[in-house]
Amino acid sequence: MPNVILRAENIYKKYGNLEVLKGISFRVNQGETTVIIGPSGTGKSTLLTCINQLTPPDKGHIWLEDTEITHPDTDINLIRSSIGMVFQHFNLFTHLSVLDNVRIGLLVVKKIPMSEATKISMEKLNDVGLGDKVNAYPAELSGGQQQRVSIARALAMKPKLILFDEPTSALDPELIGEVLNVMTKLAESGMTMVVVSHEMGFARAVANDIIFMENGVIVEEGKPDKMFIQSENPRTKEFLHKITELYGGKKE
Amino acid sequence: MEQINIIWQGLPSLLSGTVTTIILTIYFLGLGFVMGIILALGRVYGSRIINYIIIRPFERFFRAVPALVLLFLFYFGSSFFNLNFSPFVAAILAMGLRSAAYQSEIFRGAIQSIGDGQMKAARSIGMNMFQSIRYIILPQALRLSIPPWANEYAVVLKDTSLAYAVGVTELLRQGRYIVARTFGNALLVYTFCALIYFILVFIGNQILKKLEKKYKIPGHEIQAPKQQSVLERI
Repeated sequence: MPNVILRAENIYKKYGNLEVLKGISFRVNQGETTVIIGPSGTGKSTLLTCINQLTPPDKGHIWLEDTEITHPDTDINLIRSSIGMVFQHFNLFTHLSVLDNVRIGLLVVKKIPMSEATKISMEKLNDVGLGDKVNAYPAELSGGQQQRVSIARALAMKPKLILFDEPTSALDPELIGEVLNVMTKLAESGMTMVVVSHEMGFARAVANDIIFMENGVIVEEGKPDKMFIQSENPRTKEFLHKITELYGGKKE
Repeated sequence: MEQINIIWQGLPSLLSGTVTTIILTIYFLGLGFVMGIILALGRVYGSRIINYIIIRPFERFFRAVPALVLLFLFYFGSSFFNLNFSPFVAAILAMGLRSAAYQSEIFRGAIQSIGDGQMKAARSIGMNMFQSIRYIILPQALRLSIPPWANEYAVVLKDTSLAYAVGVTELLRQGRYIVARTFGNALLVYTFCALIYFILVFIGNQILKKLEKKYKIPGHEIQAPKQQSVLERI
C-alpha cells in the first residue's frame, strides 16, 4: 500500500452565490504526480488554494499525512511551510534578490541560521539551473527563470508536497520547456506534486494520475493511458481531444 | 549695512528657532509615520468594524479640520480635560495626528498597489500575517511611498510655523521677535525666514531623493519615454 500524503474529502467552496467546488474528494500518494485538468472556471485553482488554506473551503476535510489541515486547531502556518506552492504569475518577492527570495522562508519561518539557509538556497537554485543568477532581481529575469526561482523557493522549505497552479500558462511558448524540464526532474526525484496544467504532453509523460474536473466536480479520474486512450466519460473524451489538438500531447 | 547687522545680531535666536522648527518637524513626521502605518494597515487588513468606528472617522476628522483649529483645540481645549498641554506638546499632538491621517493615505495607496500575489506567496511559504507584512509588504510599500512622502515632508515642515499661534518659539516667532525689537524690517527678517524654510525643504527633498535611488529595485527603474508617442508621429 503506498503512503497517502494528501487526502481531501467532500470539499465544498462557494464565492457568494457561485458554487465553485461541489464535493471534491481525492488522494495523492507519496512520490506521485497528480495532474488536474479541465475547462477554465471549473475550480481547479480554487481546489489548490483550498489545500493550503489560502482560500479555506466551506465544507469538507483535508489531511496532510495524519494532520487534518482543515481542523481549527491546526497551526496553518506550520502546515503551509510544508506545502510548497508555485503560482501562475510566479509571485516572486520583487524587492528581494533571487537568493533572498529562496532564503527568506528559511530565515523567517524556519529560523535557520544564515549560513545554513544560504547553503540550502544555493543548492536548490543550482538544481533549477540558476546558480549564476543568485544576485539578480526578479524583474531582471525572463518568465521561465522567474518560475524556476519560485520552484526553488518552494523546494527550499523541504515540502512534503508541491502545488503547481498553471505554472506555464503565463509563459512564452519558448520558455515553457525549461520549466517543464525542472518539473519532470522533480517528479522523477520522487517529489509529490499536484499540478493544474494544460500541458498534455507533460501530463501524459509524468502524471501517475489525471483528474478531469468540470463545473466543480470530478468527472473522471485515472491513469494517463486510460484517460487519453479509453476514457469512459464522453465529456472527458471531448475535452482531451480538443486540448490535445491545441497543446499537443502525443506520447514521446 | 544696517540690515546685515540686524540679521547678524538676530542670527543666534533665528538659528535656535530653526532648531525648534526641525525638532517639531521630526516629532510631527515621526508620530505621523508610526500612526500612519498603523492606520494604513488597519485600513487594508483590519476588520470592517474597526475601520468604520475608529480609523475612518479619525482620518476624516484630522483631514477636514484646519490645522490652526486643531492646534487651538489641543492647546486651549486640553485645560477643559485638566490635561493642560504645553504649547509644544499640544502642537505635536495636533500636527502629528494630522500628519498621521495624511500619511495613512500615502501608505494605504502604496500597500494596495502591491499585488495580492505577494501576500499569497508569503503566506504560502508559511509566514504569518505579521511576518508577511514586515518582510514582504512594507519593504515594498515604503519604497513606493517615498515620492509622495517627500511632499508630506515639505507640507509638515512648513506647517510647523502654525505652532507660532499657540506660543511655540519656533523660527517664525523668533523672526517676529526681531521685527518687533528693531521696529520694522519685516520684509528683511521674514525673507530671511523664508530662505531658511526653503533650504530645509530643499535639503530634506534631496535626502529623500537619494534614499529613493538607493532603495530602488533593480529592473523596476522608471525610464523616461524615449520614443515618440503615436500621436506625435502622426
